[in-house]
Amino acid sequence: MEILVQQIVAGLATGGIYASLALALVMIYQATELVNFAQGEMAMFSTYIAWSLMNVGLPYWAAFFLTIAISLAGGILIQRGIIRLFEKAPILSVVIVFIGLLLIFQSTAGWIFTYLIKPFPSPFPQAAVTLGTVQFGSHDLGALGVTIVVLVLLYVFFRYTSLGLAMRAAAQNPVSSRLVGIRVGWMLALGWGLAAAVGAVAGMMVAHKVFLDPLMMGGILLYAFAAALFGGITSPGGAVVGGLTVGVLENLVGAFVPFVGHELKLTVALVLIIGVLLIKPSGLFGKAVVTRV
Amino acid sequence: MEAQLPATSIIPRVGGLTLAQWQRLGLAAVLIVAVALPFVVGNYRVFQFTLAMIYAIALLGLNMLTGFNGQFSLGHGAFYAIGAYTTAIMLDRWGIAYGWTIPVAGLVCLVVGFLFGLPALRLEGLYLALATFALALAAPQILKYFEGWTGGVQGIVIIKPAAPFGLPLNEDEWLYFLTLAILIVLFALARNLLRGRVGRAMVAIRDHHIAAETMGVNSALYKSLTFGVSALYTGIAGSLGAIVVQFVAPDSFSIFLSINFLVGSVVGGLATISGAIIGGIFILFVPNMAELVSKAAPGAIYGIFLIVFMYVMPGGIAGSLKMVIHRWFSGNAPAVNAGKVATK
Repeated sequence: MEILVQQIVAGLATGGIYASLALALVMIYQATELVNFAQGEMAMFSTYIAWSLMNVGLPYWAAFFLTIAISLAGGILIQRGIIRLFEKAPILSVVIVFIGLLLIFQSTAGWIFTYLIKPFPSPFPQAAVTLGTVQFGSHDLGALGVTIVVLVLLYVFFRYTSLGLAMRAAAQNPVSSRLVGIRVGWMLALGWGLAAAVGAVAGMMVAHKVFLDPLMMGGILLYAFAAALFGGITSPGGAVVGGLTVGVLENLVGAFVPFVGHELKLTVALVLIIGVLLIKPSGLFGKAVVTRV
Repeated sequence: MEAQLPATSIIPRVGGLTLAQWQRLGLAAVLIVAVALPFVVGNYRVFQFTLAMIYAIALLGLNMLTGFNGQFSLGHGAFYAIGAYTTAIMLDRWGIAYGWTIPVAGLVCLVVGFLFGLPALRLEGLYLALATFALALAAPQILKYFEGWTGGVQGIVIIKPAAPFGLPLNEDEWLYFLTLAILIVLFALARNLLRGRVGRAMVAIRDHHIAAETMGVNSALYKSLTFGVSALYTGIAGSLGAIVVQFVAPDSFSIFLSINFLVGSVVGGLATISGAIIGGIFILFVPNMAELVSKAAPGAIYGIFLIVFMYVMPGGIAGSLKMVIHRWFSGNAPAVNAGKVATK
């Protein structure tokens, strides 16, 4: 029983990271109906920026917030500079552009920071937290807390600020939004920026567990895809629920199903993705899309 | 417009030949160059061109699926891997002659592709891209898991076959001609398939699957069959690839192989048969060239190139060439015919 509770909490912690990344994917999907294959690599690159900032002597939280700001600006820049050029291009062209971005980030990170695996610090104390008879890793609890704070902030931003409202409007109905004076292009760019910033938080939280290297995000991105699809790719709340569920599921399967273990982790995600797409393509909370012919 | 033209409309000519005649001439020239090539360049180049042709076969498979049928796949590296491993296991474990392993690899992939195509029926566009992306990411792990068959991380080493019937060719040259022969057969088959009833049905499904269904096209059957045939081509390519490279290991079939296939088919030109060959040459040589430009970050150069390419030539190389040629021919056409060519 104790092991079960421990595994569930550890699962929630990784699940929170999947949830953040899934949320980043959903934000871009909602605005443009595109899935950003480079989201994981962008998060990885942000984490390297945080690492360099700490390397030159900044304290953790200063580096943390500076990285978020840089990622926000970077995301906006990528949308304005590159993605905007492909607004009217067929989906396949855009997928290739995303793959191009993925290659650029991965290769540049390998070039600047080398492919050597680096440890990444955690801002939380080393000692485990004991509640009753169960021990929890404090980084797990901390990461979960950070994720919750990010999600609440995003919710407040989108729900209660006029900028958030403008962004939702631009995503939902670009033509009418333009008529009421919303600068739709910039709202899309801001969406990219926010997605990059949320991804950066996920990267910094996960890097302590998986260590920092240019290829660290491959598997995590796959789980984030699974999470986004599970919760419904059109629903931000669904992405969060999906992320947490997938995280717990992954940990439980890894711990209690002997033949899966660590070696088939990605296969679990594959099965999950195909399973969701087959049984309920719109996910738990997503809207079923009906096309008029 | 077309109905008003006289029955024997004047076919536009450039240099006294029609477009079809020029195409035949070009094809003959390419064939002559392809046959002469191994006697002109060194063994390593022969090996490289063999590999480029193998990629071209895989790309043709992917092109049928994506270009002609409109289904995305970011996971064709997995089918390539299945083909390669089928051959490697048959050669290494059972000692079967390599000639037999190639069709078997193709058939295994046909079945696997068809089965994967069945659930893929329900997925469209990006969802299918996601599912196949997951397949490509998971493939190396699955290969490592069945260690007893696949030799795990170490992989399987294969011995290069010598030329049969006492032909005066070395191993590389023999494999080059074998690949060339298979390529010609497969391309001819694909051309006939795509030009006929089946090809029209595939394109109709891509362009408007509901309209196609009301015309009596069995969309589900055609889609999963296309998936199967596409996997068959890629599997044969994988099988040849294993024999030519003499080695299979899980990590040679990473997500980047699948990405390269997609890039090759898009850069070569979707929905064109010649695009597959251009794409094959592209994915073999351009990453190497990127390495020449920048040793430190070749992936970045490649990535930048891809983005610029998609902006400048979204139709791929073959698509752009086609456009230029048609413009050239319509420019030389008699005025009465100009409208007809332009509307094509």
